[in-house]
Amino acid sequence: MTDMAQDKSYERGQVIQIINSVIDKMEQNTAPTHEIVSHIAELAQTLDKLKKEIAETDAGAAKEEQIRSATDELDAIVSSTAEATNDILAACEQIEKYAEENDIPQIAEYVSNIYVACGFQDITGQRITKVVGAMRVIENKVDRLLKMLDDHVGPIPGAPAQVADLPADTSASNSNEPVSIETVDEKKDLLNGPQLPEKAVTQDDIDKLLAEFD
Amino acid sequence: MNMNVLVVDDYQTMVRIIKNLLKQIGFSNVDEAADGKEAFDKIQSKEYGLIISDWNMEPMTGLELLKEVRGAQAAFSNVPFIMVTAESKTENVIIAKQAGVNNYIVKPFNAETLKSKIDSVLAA
Repeated sequence: MTDMAQDKSYERGQVIQIINSVIDKMEQNTAPTHEIVSHIAELAQTLDKLKKEIAETDAGAAKEEQIRSATDELDAIVSSTAEATNDILAACEQIEKYAEENDIPQIAEYVSNIYVACGFQDITGQRITKVVGAMRVIENKVDRLLKMLDDHVGPIPGAPAQVADLPADTSASNSNEPVSIETVDEKKDLLNGPQLPEKAVTQDDIDKLLAEFD
Repeated sequence: MNMNVLVVDDYQTMVRIIKNLLKQIGFSNVDEAADGKEAFDKIQSKEYGLIISDWNMEPMTGLELLKEVRGAQAAFSNVPFIMVTAESKTENVIIAKQAGVNNYIVKPFNAETLKSKIDSVLAA
């Protein structure tokens, strides 16, 4: 465990300990008022320290600049690969036309392989769209964290001015849970995009599955 | 072949790839649509012998298009329908089959797979 992680763990434990101590003493009504006030002041100091540390992480700037910049870059990758793929396809179409005009049928097979290989643009585009979606979830969570801290411990430097009225956080669903065919939300749950190679169902698997219906 | 084929995909590059492969196989009358809604409009106004559709599209997905086609009280409700998609989870395949898909091709695919699935669907 790093020093930083140990510090965070200690502070979290410390805060819980103070809260429990204050609640116990208030419930039992055994401690003098000045002792309870002292504990609350200690708690306030800890929260203030936490707030300063969050401000130092510049979470607001990360949300405003880095995440947005990264999603823009990813969008640019999709655009540029689409453009390059279209150029390759256009060149292939010219080669194919030349092969037809000059009766060179072998060329068609080679060109066919290039056509199929160009399908990478669709797959990478969908993968990048998934990453952009994940980054937007992170952005939403940063917004909510800043809003929560703003409400409870005062403004955080670098945080966006308006973080209210955020869309509902829908990122909590657990994709590892088994899916029931009867209850699945087809619009949301079935749109997962390309699977990673080690997790992907192959065409042979699909053919076997479809054969079971025959 | 004179049969009209409709290719539905929101990625223009994929439409172009499939159209070129279909041309090599021998299909010369190939139309395209960028999503399920545009496709369904075309299906209602023109007779198609085969539909090849992606799944993940907005505003109407390939699965919704399949259900619209199969649920229509029209001559086109039995048109052969092949799903070509990166959605390769088992539940996707099962739901598509239950909705009436004739075959299912997972991306990335090769030309041979496309041809064999088309042959299989049209021979049935």
